[in-house]
Amino acid sequence: MGFTMTEKIFAAHSKSGKAVSGEISVLTPDVVLLNDTSGSITVNQLKLMGVQNLFDPAKVVLVADHFSPPKDVTSAESIGLLRNFGNKFGIKNFYESGRYGIEHALLPELGRVGPGGLIFGADSHTCTAGALNAAGVGFGSTDLAGVIATGELWVKVPASIRIDLVGEPGQYVTGKDIILSLIAKIGVDGALNAALEFGGPGLVNLNIDERMAIANMAVEAGADTCVFECDEQVLQYISKTGWANQAPVAPDHDAIYLNRHVIDLDNIGPLVAAPPSPANGVSVAELVGTTVNQVYIGNCANGTITDLRQAAQILKGQTISAEVRVIVVPATSAIYQQAAREGLLEIFSASGAGVSLPTCGACFGGHMGILAAGETAISTTNRNFRGRMGHAESKVYLANAWVAAAAAITGKITDPATIYPELGRGFL
Amino acid sequence: MDQTTTIHLFGDHIDTDVILPGKYLNLFRPEELGAHCMEGLDPTFTTRAQLGDVIVAGKNFGTGSSREHAPIAIKAVGIRCIVAESFARIFYRNAINIGLPVFECPELVAAVQNGQQVRVDLEKGLFEVNGVQYQAKTFSAYVQGIIDAGGLVPFVRAQLSKN
Repeated sequence: MGFTMTEKIFAAHSKSGKAVSGEISVLTPDVVLLNDTSGSITVNQLKLMGVQNLFDPAKVVLVADHFSPPKDVTSAESIGLLRNFGNKFGIKNFYESGRYGIEHALLPELGRVGPGGLIFGADSHTCTAGALNAAGVGFGSTDLAGVIATGELWVKVPASIRIDLVGEPGQYVTGKDIILSLIAKIGVDGALNAALEFGGPGLVNLNIDERMAIANMAVEAGADTCVFECDEQVLQYISKTGWANQAPVAPDHDAIYLNRHVIDLDNIGPLVAAPPSPANGVSVAELVGTTVNQVYIGNCANGTITDLRQAAQILKGQTISAEVRVIVVPATSAIYQQAAREGLLEIFSASGAGVSLPTCGACFGGHMGILAAGETAISTTNRNFRGRMGHAESKVYLANAWVAAAAAITGKITDPATIYPELGRGFL
Repeated sequence: MDQTTTIHLFGDHIDTDVILPGKYLNLFRPEELGAHCMEGLDPTFTTRAQLGDVIVAGKNFGTGSSREHAPIAIKAVGIRCIVAESFARIFYRNAINIGLPVFECPELVAAVQNGQQVRVDLEKGLFEVNGVQYQAKTFSAYVQGIIDAGGLVPFVRAQLSKN
């Protein structure tokens, strides 16, 4: 009997050396990730557990990214609590926005994510790691206190859903559209208690940033984790970051899947997911003309250099609508610096868009772009739940960076092809 | 079975953003979080919910963010347990870990209405509504071990003292 990529990664990190879908396995991850919102509870639980020493401080990574820079005194205190915890227990990996960035975009840059790796994070979007042939699994704070204390944590090994990508994406189509299309098809619980595994001949047409956008939203289909097959692009990426922990994993030809889907990239157009569900993706044409008050380009899914290049392609030489505020959030400082070198930040600022330091910011309704009752945003983020970016009566539409940037110019949901019939993928 | 309390009925895919909105994630003490329980969906919930009441919901309860603040808020407001058709994985684990009982019982979910009275036997996972009894699904041995310990904190504390 063959194994899936998820089973192989879990088995390589399990106490018993085995991991078969449906069974309980006790795993030791390569990285344990905490942020400033989940971390406060973890620190508190570790105290209650009576923990004196951590199993391995070198494996723990602390990232202050949610309410960072601190939006108020309470937030400054929780970031301080995380920093002090790190200092007390000898955790050297403490990163704060401004110098670093959003956790899921930052970890790969730091060489903490790569083929065969297992990442446990106290954040649901830890599944972003899947882009690099790793398995990232999100947990709550107390589970991670347990793993920080003992080095191990139980999981029920998920069965996998295999997604074969074929064909080539069209002009204004990105990874975002691929995952929105999949979630629209299978629903927000379509992969509940399962793993999503991606591969196929179409993979070569997606860069690492686009794969991260897909992996990031695996949890929006309810998935436990997400693993992409390894290829030359992944190996090239990790050759720059220093990941050298494990060998890549590939699925066995006779691996057993819960289900299989083929996505023909030629058949996907730019999508927009209407509130209040990431499963509400429809063709941008269906929502053209919807008024927006805010455009948000950023977050752990779509604040990459690829997204910023797409947005800049649309905003170059343009002036944003007087009716919208536009916020651009590079996901990490390295991306921010790259965007500065390429002149993208100047393009944004000259168009009237504001550029923020890396932060989770308004994506989760924290700060830096909160919506009032009745306001609507179009956003490259990953969730459009009721009240996600502010007031319960505000709305969020999810889209790729090209589509979001097009709305910045018109103040309405707009098909970018109607502004620039000649730009898009081939012209980046 | 315990004395009767009230059912608060919710639909499918109730996400943790509406259970505990993101703006409160810089808080972590139960009493602070409890004050905002379900605020994203129903700002009157904390005044309507009485100690020992039961939340009943549809599919995929607790979907979305991993925020443990959500089950902490529900527990802090005095909800005795949650019965759903199914739960999102992280929410389910978080609830078990902090000692908030969660049960899967599609038959009960399909049969009851908002505001009905329910009697509960937490240990057996047994519920009685309108004279009809409903048996929730049992837990895996591993999960039952954490429940029996009183949550993951005492579970790990015991594990550490053994070593």
